[in-house]
Amino acid sequence: MPYLVRRAGHSAIMLLVVVSFVFFAGRMIGDPAIVMLGASASDTALEQLRNNLGLNDPLLMQYFRYVGGLVQGDLGVSFRYGFAQMPAERFMDGGGTPVMGLVLARLPQTLYLAAVALGGALALALVMGCLAAMYPRSWIDHLVNVLSLASVSVVQFWLGLVLIVLFAVHLGWLPTGGYGSWYHVILPALALGARPLGRVAQVTRSAMLDEMARPYVAAARAKGLPEHRIVSVHALKNAGIPVVTITGDELVQLVTGAILVETVFGWPGIGHLLVEALNNRDLPVLQGAILAVATLVIVVNLLVDITYTYLNPKVSLSSREN
Amino acid sequence: MTQKLLAKTEPDPSVVPTQNANVEGLYDEERAPKLTWKIYLRALFSDRVTLIAALFLIIMAVSALGAQFLAPFDPNQIDIMNRFMPPLSMTDAGQFHLLGTDQLGRDVLSRLMHGAQVSISIGFLGAICSGLLGITLGIIAGYKRGLFEDIVMRLVDGMQSLPSLLIALFVLFIIGGGYFNLVLVFTFLQWTVFCRMARSLTLNLRDSNFISAARVLGCTDARIMLRHILPNMVAPLMVLFTLEVAILILSEASLSFLGFGVQPPNASWGRMIASGRDHINTAWWLVTLPGLAIFLTALALNLLAGWCRAVSDPVHSSRWLTPKRKQNKQEG
Amino acid sequence: MNAMTEARTRVTGDRVDVSAAPIMSVEGLSVGFDTPHGPVQAVDNVSWSIRKGETLGIIGESGSGKSVGLETIMGLITSPPARISGQVLLDGQDILSMPQRQRRQLRGDRMAMIFQDALAALNPSLTIGTQISEVYRIRRGASRQAALDKAVELMDQVKIPSARSRLKAYPHEFSGGMCQRVMIAMALAMDPEILIADEPTTALDVTVQRQIMDLLQEVRRERGMSLILVTHDLGVVAECADRAVVMYSGRMAETATMRDLFRTPSHPYTRALLQAMPRVDARLERLQAIPGTPPTLSHIPSGCAFRPRCTFAQPRCAEEKPELRMLAAEHSAACHFAEAIREETSHD
Repeated sequence: MPYLVRRAGHSAIMLLVVVSFVFFAGRMIGDPAIVMLGASASDTALEQLRNNLGLNDPLLMQYFRYVGGLVQGDLGVSFRYGFAQMPAERFMDGGGTPVMGLVLARLPQTLYLAAVALGGALALALVMGCLAAMYPRSWIDHLVNVLSLASVSVVQFWLGLVLIVLFAVHLGWLPTGGYGSWYHVILPALALGARPLGRVAQVTRSAMLDEMARPYVAAARAKGLPEHRIVSVHALKNAGIPVVTITGDELVQLVTGAILVETVFGWPGIGHLLVEALNNRDLPVLQGAILAVATLVIVVNLLVDITYTYLNPKVSLSSREN
Repeated sequence: MTQKLLAKTEPDPSVVPTQNANVEGLYDEERAPKLTWKIYLRALFSDRVTLIAALFLIIMAVSALGAQFLAPFDPNQIDIMNRFMPPLSMTDAGQFHLLGTDQLGRDVLSRLMHGAQVSISIGFLGAICSGLLGITLGIIAGYKRGLFEDIVMRLVDGMQSLPSLLIALFVLFIIGGGYFNLVLVFTFLQWTVFCRMARSLTLNLRDSNFISAARVLGCTDARIMLRHILPNMVAPLMVLFTLEVAILILSEASLSFLGFGVQPPNASWGRMIASGRDHINTAWWLVTLPGLAIFLTALALNLLAGWCRAVSDPVHSSRWLTPKRKQNKQEG
Repeated sequence: MNAMTEARTRVTGDRVDVSAAPIMSVEGLSVGFDTPHGPVQAVDNVSWSIRKGETLGIIGESGSGKSVGLETIMGLITSPPARISGQVLLDGQDILSMPQRQRRQLRGDRMAMIFQDALAALNPSLTIGTQISEVYRIRRGASRQAALDKAVELMDQVKIPSARSRLKAYPHEFSGGMCQRVMIAMALAMDPEILIADEPTTALDVTVQRQIMDLLQEVRRERGMSLILVTHDLGVVAECADRAVVMYSGRMAETATMRDLFRTPSHPYTRALLQAMPRVDARLERLQAIPGTPPTLSHIPSGCAFRPRCTFAQPRCAEEKPELRMLAAEHSAACHFAEAIREETSHD
């Protein structure tokens, strides 16, 4: 299937651009050896580290070595993670915590949180959008409109804080944070799901309104079909394309939302790792986390594009140009 | 037969001129009645929610612009004796703090007003800069087409499929936070949104007759783009601009929370939430109030943008512009 | 009975069962909407009826309210947002006052509708088989397989070749004429008594138009259905309708049997329409175009709406709205001078 191949090629190029950006931008901060050991380190220690990490080689060669490592699943090593009490000599020889392990350990929790948040938001948003489109300008429509606008206007981490104050501190119904059984996920998922809920509901509503005004809906009514079938089968399938597009976009934004929500709730996901790396100025972990997230997002975009072809029979995989 | 009949029933000649005049008047002027500003204004005033949103934004703008004169206290004046005063409390010295004081005894209302200045202006400046960049590139790409369009649109596609806040985070990690760096980062991340819309609107317009006419008359490309294309896409771009301001205000809060915002002691809404977080159990207002300010501002912007879009939409506008009917049930 | 209808369709205009009670009659139907420029009246006090097995033509330019009226009858336009008054009697019961649920039961079962742009009226993302069979499956509780068999049967009836292999096709794979056939099959699924065809051939090529009209006549005859044919093409009506209603600007201009309408048109608008129609039997004479354009609904002229374009107009026409008056049995017109015009034409 040439379209799929071409589309996958685009994804690969995108990934390479991100890798290059992360690598070269990372070098702009300054000498990695000084970043790692601190400005107070002795010249000999710095020199030794540079030699061990190959930092004296030409930049382009280092770049290719970095990309080569990535291909083999090597994201580099962290010199901060778990090394708080370790003497500088220990990692002179290039030893350290492999970033890949750190990232892989955190990824499932983030996927879990994202799946719960997006799944819940999507289900609720589709119902809200359809209801609003079925009764345009009714109180349901107004309620959905205001609710969805409100949920895209809220700062997610602030919502998280408010939820903690309300449900954990004052009411004591749910834990303030952490990771464990199923009820730990409720508050973070609520905070994280607010934005996709609003966006998807809005897009569903307007796409459904557009579809409900089309002649085929009048024809379906004239046939004597019950209204619920017209909405849930006839209109929803055609409204699917904008809804899938916005869901894909929201999934991308969900990842960034997760950074803050995970921090607020102490959720041990990749976003939390990222913020730790920011605070520790731990460049390898930061780069690794960003690359992991970017890969995830690019794969999701690819999947979204493939979903289109299912929804729209006119778009076949081979013929889709733009 | 027709001749005979026509001759017989030919209208009275004296009537004809008035009838012709009637025809003229009917089909030239009255045929397509225009939507005047009165109709829009009436629709705005009858839509209470949007009206409140507009009024709220005006109040916000005034209190942000006039923070220096209107704020009851110096936002950075520390008063350790009166820390964590809840809203509506009076100090021993007789100072009234409408929204309480923070962990250093600074007046929350005054800080909110000065914070509004920072947060709203970052949102506006970011949206203006990214709008200028994006619209310029978008119009040129849509009008000139060819290789330039290919390159620009590939770039836009690529950038839009990445999590923008994450990239912003990394860039700020490298270049450091602060007011102007935030605006810079927002510009380079959000221009793609404007670019995509400007290009698609230009593509719709460039084939229309009045553009061809302008070209035939010898207008330069620059003039066509500036004078003929740009004015015709003001409405959708204004809607997008409003939405972008809301998004950037939210983004500023997130980045400030992570420590990349304006530097202390200056206030921004995001920084106020971040610093209030440690006292969330004891002083709820420190987190709640700035978050509420962001929420209400963004909500008002979104409501206004939604209303503008609905009203300027040629398909659905009539639903919004039609005055609501009084309940009269006499006819079935 | 078949022989009888056969004979009737051959001699168009000569009805057999004049005395039969109508199966549907519309009485004083008005439909209005609110717009930013104030209320408009899309359909104004329209009355007609249709008998079993009859073909009724509804003629008018676009914007004359013919589609709006029929969509109201079908229940596709409902009271809020529209203002609806009058009655639509089906078996003596007013369907406009029925609750929504009950009206939905009528659609498909008692009356069905086909639309102008068949491609747009078919769902682009569902297969033809699904769209034809779904009503049968849902309303009659048939199994999926039984419903698909029914769909094949219907597709055969509307002469879609190799029906079974096309069940899985999508509308965009069909030509315009084929889409219209699919529409007709869809409408026939529940055996309706009345079929409303809203400009069924306007969007089609001339040769295909012919085939679709023949097909409609054929299914009407086979099933003893009543057909309401909406069109702006007098030629189409002339060929297959028994009676016709001429609409102008939301009001009825004239209603008559086809023979009366062609022999003694009594409303200036009908006359003008006939003069604008090319005829094989007439002398080669310049076709007369109707001057001006129909009014927009928000600016209907005072008095008679046709006045600005009328060659017979008198000062009285601007002041007084002409009411529909009976001129003869089954022949009414809404013009102050209807009798005079009718006399003129019948002398000829």
